[in-house]
Amino acid sequence: MTIDDRQLNHVALLARLNLRPEEREPLRRDLSEILAYVEKLKEVDVTNIEPTSHALPQKNVFIGDEATARLGKDDVLDNAPGRSGDLFKVPRVIDEGGET
Amino acid sequence: MIDFSSATSIREAILTRKCTALDMVAEAYRRIEKLDPKVRAFISLTQQSALEKAVEVDGKIARGEKAGPLAGVPVAIKDNICMRGTKTTCASRILENFDSPYDAFVVKRLLAADAVIIGKTNLDEFAMGSSCENSAFFKTHNPWDLDYIPGGSSGGSAACVSSRMTPLSLGSDTGGSIRQPAAFCGIVGMKGTYGRVSRYGLVAFGSSLDQIGPFATNVRDCALLLGVVAGKDPNDSTTADVAVPDYTDGIEGGVKGMKLGVPKEYFVDDIAPDIAKAVRNALDAYAKCGAEIVDISLPHTSYSNPTYYIVANAEASSNLARYDGIHYGRRASDAKDLMDLYCKSRNEGFGPEVKRRILLGTYVLSAGYYDAYYLRALKVRTLIRRDFDEAFKKVDAIACPTTPVPAFKFGERIDDPLQMYYCDILTTSANLAGLPGISIPCGFTENTMPVGLQLLGKPFDEGTLLRVARAFEAATDFSKTPPLVRNK
Repeated sequence: MTIDDRQLNHVALLARLNLRPEEREPLRRDLSEILAYVEKLKEVDVTNIEPTSHALPQKNVFIGDEATARLGKDDVLDNAPGRSGDLFKVPRVIDEGGET
Repeated sequence: MIDFSSATSIREAILTRKCTALDMVAEAYRRIEKLDPKVRAFISLTQQSALEKAVEVDGKIARGEKAGPLAGVPVAIKDNICMRGTKTTCASRILENFDSPYDAFVVKRLLAADAVIIGKTNLDEFAMGSSCENSAFFKTHNPWDLDYIPGGSSGGSAACVSSRMTPLSLGSDTGGSIRQPAAFCGIVGMKGTYGRVSRYGLVAFGSSLDQIGPFATNVRDCALLLGVVAGKDPNDSTTADVAVPDYTDGIEGGVKGMKLGVPKEYFVDDIAPDIAKAVRNALDAYAKCGAEIVDISLPHTSYSNPTYYIVANAEASSNLARYDGIHYGRRASDAKDLMDLYCKSRNEGFGPEVKRRILLGTYVLSAGYYDAYYLRALKVRTLIRRDFDEAFKKVDAIACPTTPVPAFKFGERIDDPLQMYYCDILTTSANLAGLPGISIPCGFTENTMPVGLQLLGKPFDEGTLLRVARAFEAATDFSKTPPLVRNK
């Protein structure tokens, strides 16, 4: 499997990574090689085999609907790179102008 | 005489007032001051809270109160485990300034057991790697030869215990990240059954695979630490509601009459001859101790690593989506809008291996490729699990090498991801199947680097694994020699 430039752009966008130009070729090559490596699984007959997403045979685990002490606001917000009062600060997401 | 390499010995000495917890903390920091400039196991130290804890433990003992099972024992923890009052960096630029907002379940358990947490250890960034070379900060060195890597991803925790800076440490194991560095550094390292130890407060990598576990210089200490951190936690719904026995109980029971399975697929041609030889010798030692050595087959072994690198990276790409430059972690300074902020913050914050894995994981989960890669890998995971189910109908435990190669020099594999991933071919299947595994020292290569023997067990049968491990340790003396912490 070879990853081309177009596919690399697509997957980098999905992963929210703004790759630098000099990172692209080595990554494209590495990803192609790793995908070729995992292609080995195509040898295996998986007809009628159920997938295992989890090693434990656990189903839904419910906890009581009770209020417990959790993190305080400051515990959470102190790690925020941008804070305004009790809010996370982000770049403007809504345009001031009339256009949509 | 207090043996500082033994948690059991330290605890006894403190409880019988031959020394104080404060003495042991001072000794740990004295050793760190002397050795860590060479080994570089620690990202941060926690002197203040360690001294306070030691004073608390000494106070309990002075007042005749009952002290915990790790009373005054110095312990190091991997820097992907949260502890209030410390940074949890994951050896990543993106979390360089992240303050732990709470204590991980295992940290609470350690403190409740009266252990003294000494500091936080280096790792491959986000626990992704097999050599500790992927740390964004610095490289950790193997105490057996400082020109060699300590293994990974829990390389700092392994090197710390190997060089006897602390007698115990905690690591995390997603595809071998405890067992492999334990093998490379000549110590004991164990991962319990998936669900044995809570992941609450462990920074997530592959959530269906991750387990926290102990490093020690001997099997009894390993059992002691596992017992302290194991158990049900309401904050991690994947922890199992299975009673935690006293793991030190019965470890001297020996292996007479037990069946040890040896999977032929774990001795393929490209296993280093020194390793195959040391492990074969270990099997002979077991036979002399009265175990029956049984040839078994785990037919899907060669598919384990490709399956692992699909499943683990798929889960990682999803888990690491939380690093958005908004809620916590690094934020790029010059972003023009929200999308730009995500993309720049992430690209600046993550190192090359983490990006590779996020991209691969994103790819195998993306529309058009999900069935061919991810779903197929989950089905092969079922087959890998069934191989073990079949094997454990015939044997009590499985014995095999931990790694196909011994520790290697810095730079030898880091430029070729597939060469690095090759180190994990014998450890990933236990994570995929959720089984407990332990690595114990079983010999040396020709140039005296340690070799690990891996023992794999049935789900929640850690007790048997520890007993089998202890039988070998008692019959041999590979665990007794500490490394010289120098370049050979």
